[in-house]
Amino acid sequence: MLGTGMIKGMVETARNFAGSYFEPERMPTIEYPDERQKLPENSRSFPFLVFDGEDPEKGLRCVACKICEKECPPQCIYIILERDEKGKAQKHPRTFDIDVSVCMSCQICVEVCPFDAIKMDTSFELSTDDRFEGLLIHKSSLAKSNDYYRGIHPTEAEEVDARLAAEKAKAEAKAKPVAAKPATPAPAAKPVPA
Amino acid sequence: MSEQLQEPDLVPPHPPGWTEEKVADGFSVPATPSEQPGFQISQRAEVRPGLEGEYLEVAIGPHHPSTHGVFRMDAVLDGERVMKLKPVFGYLHRNHEKIAEMTTYLGSMPYTDRLDYFCSLTNNWAYALTVEKLAGLQVPERAEYIRVITAELTRLLNHVCLIGFLTHDMGALGTPLMYAFREREKILDLFESLTGARMMCNYMRFGGCRVELPSGWLEAVRLLVDGFPRFLDEFDNLLSTNEIILARTQGVGILSAAKAINSSVTGPMLRASGVNYDIRKVDHYGIYDRFSFRVPLGDHGDVYDRYMIRVLEMRESLEILKQALRDIPGGPIIDPKAKLRNFKPKVGEAYGRIESPKGELGFYIISDGSANPYRYRVRPPSMINLTILEDMCLGHTVADTVVILGAVDIVMGEVDR
Amino acid sequence: METLEQIKVRAEAAISGVRLELLANGSVATQSSMLVDPTHAIALATFLRDDPELRLDYASNVTGVDWPDAVTKEKVKIKRVIEGVEKEVEETIERTRPGYLEAVYHLYSMELKHGPLVLRQRTENRTDRVHVASLTPIYRGAEFQEREAYDLYGIQFDGHPDLRRILMWDEFKDYPMRKDYVEPDDYEYEPTPHDEVLEKAQRHYPEGGQP
Repeated sequence: MLGTGMIKGMVETARNFAGSYFEPERMPTIEYPDERQKLPENSRSFPFLVFDGEDPEKGLRCVACKICEKECPPQCIYIILERDEKGKAQKHPRTFDIDVSVCMSCQICVEVCPFDAIKMDTSFELSTDDRFEGLLIHKSSLAKSNDYYRGIHPTEAEEVDARLAAEKAKAEAKAKPVAAKPATPAPAAKPVPA
Repeated sequence: MSEQLQEPDLVPPHPPGWTEEKVADGFSVPATPSEQPGFQISQRAEVRPGLEGEYLEVAIGPHHPSTHGVFRMDAVLDGERVMKLKPVFGYLHRNHEKIAEMTTYLGSMPYTDRLDYFCSLTNNWAYALTVEKLAGLQVPERAEYIRVITAELTRLLNHVCLIGFLTHDMGALGTPLMYAFREREKILDLFESLTGARMMCNYMRFGGCRVELPSGWLEAVRLLVDGFPRFLDEFDNLLSTNEIILARTQGVGILSAAKAINSSVTGPMLRASGVNYDIRKVDHYGIYDRFSFRVPLGDHGDVYDRYMIRVLEMRESLEILKQALRDIPGGPIIDPKAKLRNFKPKVGEAYGRIESPKGELGFYIISDGSANPYRYRVRPPSMINLTILEDMCLGHTVADTVVILGAVDIVMGEVDR
Repeated sequence: METLEQIKVRAEAAISGVRLELLANGSVATQSSMLVDPTHAIALATFLRDDPELRLDYASNVTGVDWPDAVTKEKVKIKRVIEGVEKEVEETIERTRPGYLEAVYHLYSMELKHGPLVLRQRTENRTDRVHVASLTPIYRGAEFQEREAYDLYGIQFDGHPDLRRILMWDEFKDYPMRKDYVEPDDYEYEPTPHDEVLEKAQRHYPEGGQP
């Protein structure tokens, strides 16, 4: 009979329509901004800098090696190294700007950073009305604490913390015999306070 | 009273005064290659005697809700029938190939996401495959399985959305499209929990994948794969026997097998014309020879066959996914010899290709030993499938043209790069 | 599929006057290519398509490559007579390989499911003699791709039915993908410029060097 195909289709549509009132599978709409979807742990939006401890300046892990600036494909990171009065390079960035209108969230800066200093944030509600200055994020807004990082990416942060602690312990273990040598020639080496 | 019927003017192939040179203020559609010796077209545009009129040159696009992105067709119409049709694109040309000559190999990987922005993971895989061919890197087994799983999920979401867009072009105004997008959202959520981004995934690396699967991801994929056939049955019920779709797509845009091969058409469009050429079966790239799946072929080469091929391919993708989820081993994710920074492959060239959901996506890379490629070329399936658009549309109405274009499945990011 | 050497022998026997050259490929992929002169390119393509053992009926990829003039310096030891004494002197010889544009074709067979055969055609130089034969009469799929090679590189394909620009607009001058292409000076303010972008931007900053 001509029209059976369309009637079958109408039955499907009616089932979806009726189901959208009580079946959760047919109710995919989330009423943003009253409801927000819980983002998965791995999701990424734009980078941020991690600092350990309380002080964003002293605890900043970034040493301004400029590897992320070089590897960034659209070249949206801008770093100026901090130099003291004599011109000697300090291991600290004076400016660290990211142009968020250029950044494409590719995460390559995170992958190549040897110091785990830059990680991906999850906040995406960054809209502003100034096209250039509003979307150029400076070091002060980029630096967020390690506790914040642990809050947004728990498994990643755990792994990073474990790795950094292991490296620190290894570095200290190597420093121990070097420090104990000039102290005393006695065979029982003085334990260095950990 | 006898009325002398006026003998209709015999309309020449081109209207009088038409020249093939570019007209300064308007556009003039150049000659069809079919009018040159050596080409044959499959259908002659029919003009019923007594009803010839002036030809109308019109540009369909680039601003048009029915074309897939910024795409223009310069058409010469006689009433509603198409006499000539020239596709014009280049509105989204970003010169990705030149940017890649100035960026490192790793830095081009996020840009490949944006080629066929609908299916980003297959683009990543094609590029990673070519560079692995060029540099001789080995991919571990677990990474191969993950690549197959993500590629088949991408094929699912591309085909289901294509059917949605095709029915949207036919006037269904979004209902099948919204059902398709419901399923696409589920797959995009999976991609977000794996790679971090929904569409621009940037997940494959040279020698493997970027990051290990999060816990519970495989179970989520299993749930999706178990629930998908029910959705496909619903979709089939809704669309495949619908009289409107049958009337509008059967017999429209017929493409013969010989013509398709000569025009370098690949992908579901080629298989709808009856040619058994699926790069997964021919090249055995990755580990596709471990999975048993069938390749659906069409009989007529019209739009309905292209639609049906995609539905059947989705079912085959589900088969592959079930087998891959069952067999995935443990192990490393990336080749230990692969380097992230200062990656300099040896001098030489390589051409690697995969079966992307749109057709054959190939990358041709010439390396000169430095950190940037010397020549980087993307072989775009969407652009090459458009070669034959004119021949398929001749003699059809404008409404059919829209349907035929919808079934070719183009994405402008890939056509223009 | 037979090796390239065997194909070369048979092609030279079948087509009179064709000049073929096999080019090796240094990478691990080992896809060596066959260079053909433009006058016999169509005959060779017809032979490759119709030969029953090859049946290469599918032109998968057609592209252009730009090779600018390359200067190679080589240090050679030459015996020279200096002040009556024959000495071995080290001299640097500079060899200039003139630049050319190249059209590369990757041919596969859908019937016999083998391939690829990489075919190359070279132009004589990069300035005025840039003509090669178009393979569009044999492989219709090369139509748009040859137009793109013309648009982006400037390679003229003789015998192409409709050679116009495809990606750039029709009145565009110059060829973007060439290695010596100079972009127009369209400055846009960018907050984080560095390297080449900084050089370009500094031309537009007011005196003092800051934006």
